[in-house]
This record gives sequence, C-alpha cells and structure tokens, in this order.
Amino acid sequence: MSGIVLPIMVVSLIGIGGGVILTIAAKYMAVPVNERVTEIREVLPGANCGACGFAGCDEYADKLINEGVAVNLCTPGGGEVAQAVGKLLGVEAGEVVPMAAIVKCAGMCGKTSYIMDYQGPRTCEACNFFYQGRGSCSHACLGFGDCVNVCQYNAIYIENGIAVVDRELCTGCGMCAKACPNMLINIVPKTSEVYVACSSTDKGAFTRKVCSAGCIGCRRCEKTCEYGAITITDNLASIDPEKCTNCGACVGVCPTKVIRSDLPAAQDETA
Amino acid sequence: MDLSKIGIILLSGVLVENFVLAKFLGICPFLGVSKKLDSAVGMSIAVTFVMVMATAATYPIYANILEPNNMGYLQTIVFILVIAALVQLVETVLKKYVKSLYQALGVYLPLITTNCAVLGVTILHFDKGYSFGEALINALGAGLGFLLAMVLFCGVRTKMESAKITKSFAGIPITLLAASIVSLAFMGFSGMV
Repeated sequence: MSGIVLPIMVVSLIGIGGGVILTIAAKYMAVPVNERVTEIREVLPGANCGACGFAGCDEYADKLINEGVAVNLCTPGGGEVAQAVGKLLGVEAGEVVPMAAIVKCAGMCGKTSYIMDYQGPRTCEACNFFYQGRGSCSHACLGFGDCVNVCQYNAIYIENGIAVVDRELCTGCGMCAKACPNMLINIVPKTSEVYVACSSTDKGAFTRKVCSAGCIGCRRCEKTCEYGAITITDNLASIDPEKCTNCGACVGVCPTKVIRSDLPAAQDETA
Repeated sequence: MDLSKIGIILLSGVLVENFVLAKFLGICPFLGVSKKLDSAVGMSIAVTFVMVMATAATYPIYANILEPNNMGYLQTIVFILVIAALVQLVETVLKKYVKSLYQALGVYLPLITTNCAVLGVTILHFDKGYSFGEALINALGAGLGFLLAMVLFCGVRTKMESAKITKSFAGIPITLLAASIVSLAFMGFSGMV
C-alpha cells in the first residue's frame, strides 16, 4: 500500500504546485487590456479570418489602438465596420473596396477527367499530396471542398466537381484562398467582372489534351485588350483588375472560353 | 568543469547526437516549420530556450525527489507535467516583462509544450550521468543542434521548390527523402566524441 501512496502524492503535489504557481502568475502578471481595445473588438465581426493581415480580430483591435493602423482593413465587415471603428477612434473611415473570391478553374465534370479512383481521405489537401491530385490536370480544382469547410459565410460550394462562389454571400475574407492547396482562389474587387477561369501553367498542347476548358496561352486576349490589362505569363492569361474596364472584348475571342464574365452577383450590383 | 569538457558536451549535442538528425526526435516541427527561414529560426530559438529552462527545472526534481525515493519510473509523467506548467509560466512572464521576445516567439512557444525533443533532452542526459551544469550545457547544445538542423533543412527545401521533381515524388515523399539524406550526412559525425 505504501508503495503507491508516495508516488500519487508526489505527482499530485507537483501538479497542484504548478497550478497554484500558474494561477498566481496569471493574477499578478496579467497585462491590463485597454478598455478601448475591448470596445473596438466588439465592433469587429469576430470571424478571426485574417483578411486584415493580422492574426485575428483581437490583434487587429490592439493594433488599431496602439499602432494606429488603417481602419478600413476589415473586408468582411465592409464600410459599416470601418465607419463604426472610425467613430470610436475619431478618424475618417475612408473607403472599403468590397472584395469577393473567384475560383480560377473551370474543369467541371465533362471538361476534364480523373486519372485515378482516389480512395484516400476526402480532403483536397490529402488528395493533392498523393501524386499531385486525382485530376489529369495537376492545377485543377480537387473538388473535396477544403474551401467549403473553412468558409464562415456559406458562400462557397461544390457543383459539378468544382468550387463555385456565391458572390452575394462572399465577404472576400480570403479564408478559402488560404485553404486551397492548388491556390486556385483569388480575392478580387467585386467590381471586376471578367476573370480567367484557369490556373494551369502547363504548355498549351498539354492543357488542351487534359482539359477542354483550360487556358492554352494563345495570346489572343492579350492582343485584343485595348487597355493592356491582360498578360500571359507561364502559358496562363491573367487580368489586372486595376486596368480592366469589364468591356468583355477578350471574352469573345477566347477559343476555349476560359475568360468569363458570368459572375451572377456582379450583374445584380450593376442593376 | 574545465573548458574542453564544456566544448565536448556542446559539440556532441550539436553535431554527434543531433536530436533531429541522429536521434530522430522532434521530427514534427522539423518537417512542419522548415518551409520558411524566419519561422524555422523562430521555432528553433523557442525550442532552445525551453530546453534549457526545462532541464533547469526537471534536474532538481529528479535528483532530490524522485531518485532518493526510488521513483525513477515516474520520470516521464512528472517531467511532462513540469514542462507543460513551465512553458505556460514562461509565456505569462514573457508577455508581461519581455514583450518583444514574446512577440518574436509567438505561437511557437505553446506549440513546443509537448515536443518530444524537449522531453528527450530532459531525460536522456541521465544515461550519461551529467552534473547539473553539464546537463544545462547539453540542453543548450541540443537546442543549437535543432537550430542547425532546421536551418540546413530549410535551405534544402527552398532549393527543392524550384527543382523539377517527378510527379510521384512531389510533396511529402521528396521532403522525407531529403530529410533522410540530410540525416545520413549527420551520421558521419557518429563516434567523433
């Protein structure tokens, strides 16, 4: 009996001792939280998405008070939050450009194919580790919805094997862009309506072989664009949203119809 | 304790008995945080710091409480308890008094609470019968060895990003292969001390 009492006592005493020391330390060394930080923290959405560039809403609130960073960094909160924060701090809010996510892949069922019957864990990340994914195009949307799982606004869903963004619900926080292992999701201003629905940097001939909806880098859009908004790098077209005027000239000339302007919510906004 | 002995203990901790590459402890942060140089260095410094602190805290407990009462078998659980509490305490103290260090170590500090390399450092030196001072130097050497392994491997991984890798090896497989080759290189140090 005595053989077990002493060890139990030792372990529990060390445990209790550690607990007591930690409690005392927490009490006497607590860093007083600025009241105004708490106030601002309550105004912020609390999604902790990191769109502002800080680790979460708490850190952003702290930086707002102590380092005077800009008040309009919260994209999910938009203009309302920027104004509320600006009021609390007594500064002009400025403008918040509404952002939204776009998925740069159009390789839905029928356009491209799978090269294997993948049986592993049902996440994009795991599938991507395994021979760079199950699709014949290694840049394709994997379709397991890692982006769907992280979205706090139910703004993204999987349809026909690829991720689709609901522009009305999307706040442009960028959680999905971080979750996508193929980096297919971009955050762009809500006002830009034309986008390239492909991320393949493979050569045109290869892209054409594996997917009928891929960018083959033919440069027709680059030549057509009057504003110099389109550039082709690594066999892939990209549109500079600052130069693009949404004229849609490139949409017509694209032979694989990979440049699109069919974002539903964007049309609602102009109406 | 003369200077040459300190040198030998430090060197054996850094090179010969490198915790990651020769003893295969702490592989998780080794593979997880070695993608970017700054986070690799941050993590390693936090690990070194906790290793020395943990050894300083656990050595007296073992020597004064566990050993005299024949309770050496409690070593693992008691050490984990002490290390976990210690890391929490260090975090609180740093947050209050050394804000800059707290921010530099950031998330890495709580992450290493149950790092097996830290537990390994506090336990394995008993096999060699080090004194308290020697054990502290051993812990420092182990931490620096961890830093060396992280920085080396970070360089390998950065190089690998621009390399053309066969599709079937891309991602985790090539990372593990590269880790084993770096480890093989460190095997060359074995038997030196």
